[in-house]
Parts: sequence; C-alpha cells; structure tokens
Amino acid sequence: MDWQALLLSLKLGVTTVLLLLPVALFVGRALAYRHFRGKSLLEALLAVPLVLPPTVIGYYLLVCLGAQSWIGQWVERLVGHQLVFHFSGLVVASIVVNIPFAVQPIQRAFEGIPHEVRDAAACCGIGYWRSLLTVELPLAWPGVLTALILSFAHTLGEFGVVLMVGGSIPGETQTVAIAIYDKVQSFDYGAAGKMSLSLLLFSVAVLGLANGLGRRFGRRHELPRL
Amino acid sequence: MNCPGSDFTLTIRQAAPIPLDAEISCSGGELLALVGPSGSGKSTLLRAVAGLHRPAEGRIVCGGNCWFDRAKGICLSPQQRHVGFVPQHYGLFPHMTALHNVMAGLSHLPSHGREQRARNWLTKVHLTGLEQRRPAELSGGQQQRVALARALSREPAILLLDEPFSAVDRATRETLYLELAELKQELALPIIMVTHDLNEALLLADRMTLLSRGRTLQTGPPQQVLARPVSETAARLVGVRNLFDGVVLRHDPAAGLTWLKAGDSEIAANMDEAWPPGSQVRWMVPGNGVRLRSLARGDLPVGVNRLRIEVRSVLPLGEDCRITAQLPGVDEPLHMQIPLRLAQELSLKPGSYTDAILRDRQLHILPP
Repeated sequence: MDWQALLLSLKLGVTTVLLLLPVALFVGRALAYRHFRGKSLLEALLAVPLVLPPTVIGYYLLVCLGAQSWIGQWVERLVGHQLVFHFSGLVVASIVVNIPFAVQPIQRAFEGIPHEVRDAAACCGIGYWRSLLTVELPLAWPGVLTALILSFAHTLGEFGVVLMVGGSIPGETQTVAIAIYDKVQSFDYGAAGKMSLSLLLFSVAVLGLANGLGRRFGRRHELPRL
Repeated sequence: MNCPGSDFTLTIRQAAPIPLDAEISCSGGELLALVGPSGSGKSTLLRAVAGLHRPAEGRIVCGGNCWFDRAKGICLSPQQRHVGFVPQHYGLFPHMTALHNVMAGLSHLPSHGREQRARNWLTKVHLTGLEQRRPAELSGGQQQRVALARALSREPAILLLDEPFSAVDRATRETLYLELAELKQELALPIIMVTHDLNEALLLADRMTLLSRGRTLQTGPPQQVLARPVSETAARLVGVRNLFDGVVLRHDPAAGLTWLKAGDSEIAANMDEAWPPGSQVRWMVPGNGVRLRSLARGDLPVGVNRLRIEVRSVLPLGEDCRITAQLPGVDEPLHMQIPLRLAQELSLKPGSYTDAILRDRQLHILPP
C-alpha cells in the first residue's frame, strides 16, 4: 500500500474542496437566481469538463500553465516555481475539472428554494448574509453536501488531467490513481489490487454517507404540503 | 390618484416585463382587494409595493414615507420598507418551527423580547401549542396563520396578502375569512389583498380595484363595482355575461330611467344622462336581474321590461339550471341561472317561449 500516494490524494481532495466550494456557492447561487444575457453560454462553459476528455483539459492546462506561457512565467516569477509538475498545479487542474461537480448540485439546490421563501425573508427584514446563512444554506445543504462529496471523490479518482499536468513524482504529484497505474505498469498486481480495493471501499463509504446525510437533511427540511 | 388622508398611495407605469399602468390607494384600517384574472399583474403590483419588483416609473408612498420615486432615484429595499407580506403559498421557512418562523421577522427587536412577542402573535392566531411544529407538520390553514402572525408581529406599515386563501379547503377558508375580518377590526394599517375570487372581495374588502392587463380599471366599494362597472371589460371581469348593444331613446328624470332600443324592444335602464338620445351604447344586466315567473300562476311581477324570450338551451347544474335565451331581435344571448324546479314548472326547453322581466334598476349603461 502506497500511503504517501493516498495521503497526497487526500490532501489534494481537501485542498480542492476547500478552495472550490466557497466559489461554487456564490457562482451556483448567482446562476440559480439571476437571469442575464449569455447565461446559457456561461453554464455550458462551466459544464465543459463533464464532456471533454480529461487529457484534452490536461493538454490545455499544460500549454496555459507551462514554462512557455506568460501565465506560467508570471507564476514562476511570483512563487519561485512552475505550476506544472508541482502540487499547486495539480490543485489548479483539479479545481478546473471539478467546477461542474461543485457548481451544478449547488445551483440546483438554490433553484429548489421557492422564491416565496426568499421574498418572505426579505420582507421579514432579513438581509443578504443572514438570508444566505440562516434561510438559504440550511435549505440548500443537501446540494452543497453533494457538491462537496462529488468534488472530493472525483478528485481522488482523477487520472488523465493529473498525469498530464503533474506527471508522476512521488510525494509531489503521484496520487493514488497514478500510483495504481504505475504498479500495474511494473506488474505489481498485489499492490495495485490493495490500493484499488482501498479506493473502492473509501468511495462507497463516502457516497453512502453522503446519501444518508442527504436523505436525513431532506426529510428535516421538507417543504410544507399545501 | 393621491387621495388626501390616504395612508398608502401607489402610481406605477412600465412597459416590460409585464405592462403596468396602475394607481391605487388604501387608508389605515381599510382592506383593498386587487381583483383580476391570472396574468393581470396583481401579484407584480403587490411585489412592487413590497420592494421585490422595481417598476420602470412611478411613486409609492406609505405612511408619509416615500418608498419608491423613480424621478428622485428613491428605491427602498424590502428590508427597509417594513411591510408585512403573506405570499400565496405563505413562504414559511421549512427548516424552522412555527415559533422561529415568527421570530425570524423580529430581528429589529432586542433578542430578549422576540420570543414573547412571537408567542403572543401565535396565540392571537389560535396556534397555541403548535409553536414547536415545522411547517410540514401543520395544515394549510395553520401555515397561513403562521405566515399572518409572522407578517403582523413586525408591526408593519402595510399588510400585503397575495391570494391568501387559495391554498386551503373551503371549510378552512370560511374560518379564515372570519379571523381576518376580526383582525382587520383591530388593525389600523392599510391592507392590500390580491384575489381572483369576487366573493372574497365582497366579504372582506372595503374597496376593490379591478385590474386587467396591468391596468387599474375601476376602484370602489365592491357592491358598487359589481353593480356599475365602468366599461365592458370591467363588466366581464366581475362576471357579467349579459351585455348587449342598444340606442338611447330618451331620459325620464322623474322615474330615474333611461329608455333604450334593444333589438325589437324598448327597455328601461338606470338613468345615465351622459348619453344623449341617439347614442349607441352597450348595456348590461346581471344574471340575478332577470326574473321568470309562470304566467299561468299569474304572479309575474308588475313592472317595465317585460319581454317574450325564446329559450335556446337548458343545462341542469345540481339544484339549479343554466338557461340561454334570445331577446326579441337581439343576436347576443341572455344568460341566467334559475332553480331547476322553476324551469320544470315553466316547462322550459330549447325552442320554448316564456315571459321575463329585466329589472330596470339592475340595467346599467356602458360605453360602446
């Protein structure tokens, strides 16, 4: 069992979720409530990682963040190292590919809040932040939880983009999915099997927990029958 | 229409997204019903009052405070307006108990006084013992009461009710009518209620405003609006189906009547001297302004407007019967609803003739 790779995957998952979720909350909420020109195009752009092969996203990220690009050169001047083949590059790539997994459940959850509830909150004198924290988030919570779990689980299983942007540097960019691939390449099926089983059990446990929590919150926040 | 002494006045004009051309006013302690069909802009108007919709032009003043004035660039947020708003489906916070729903609207009070105020209002709307229930655990009527308690506990400057009885059963509705009528007597604030139910307006409203396609057509006491609509559109909105063409013949000030030529007959209507003899007009008679009696029994009431009508269709509906008939020389049909027993007594069937009286005091002249 490659504990280093597993820990790196967990670190990447947690970092991705922590950075992506707050942004996804505001983007998802805005997309749910606001109507503006170009909204459909923006929604399509945000959903692109769902349909594009990960290697294509990885290629574009490699080109955009690499040493030859102005972004790559600017980042290198700023932080002293390149983004590609570095953990920070993996975080950027992971955030990009997980945007639809985080934004869409949150957007659907906010869309599910009846506008009358939000209207009533405004007429009760409840301002933006208090409405978000005390009225909307408790109601949108199952969607937020789904976004969190999906992003985290997807990050653990991500392979193509990680390989393209990070390569396979142990302790730096070699996640558990890459480590399994490397073990299979070197015919170490025993180690690959253990890691695959661990990842499978972990994924099932996390998704089961998410479903259970979602159902529990769903029942608690059931909308009134009329 | 800035009525002096009025506690609330609104003038709004906009072309899109929903055309609006509305003027309403409502005094403290008065209940104004906004009546109109679906899509007439009633709810949008109410949302504009609450600050949830920003109209293109206009001015909204409540209790001397200007809430919205496009010309001066004033537009207070819903939070700043201090309205009590009961949305159509109540807008209760589903994750909060009834008590917390009411307390959620009391953030302007010191925290130690909120719970007692909320409990007092829940008691006032007969919800003692249900404070800890969530909305999903309450009936439709109880949810409506929570929403009302939440709106009123804020001591709002105005109470806005958006079709408040549409989501409850008939029995609950009757109870809630009484409760609202009782509450209205205690409250000194303007109340605006959106409804498409004329009976609700008749029961509860001091005045009603008819809305059609975003335009306010007529405002007045409900009985007056129903009896004397100002236009054919207004008449159709209040359910009048008997609308006919006519020509003014003469006025009879002594009897308070205006004589009209309608088809082959001369009929008398409530006097309206705005129309000189020779004017083409429309005239209306409500369903209950048509009287049928058996000639054989000899109890046909004495009066003018006795006409021989031809029955075109008879449709039994429970204990009543809907009759369509033809006035002599008039193309448009005459509709009426009479007890089924009377229809059988008169042997009414398609093609048969009977005598009818159109009650002159209920005949009303409309612009062509």
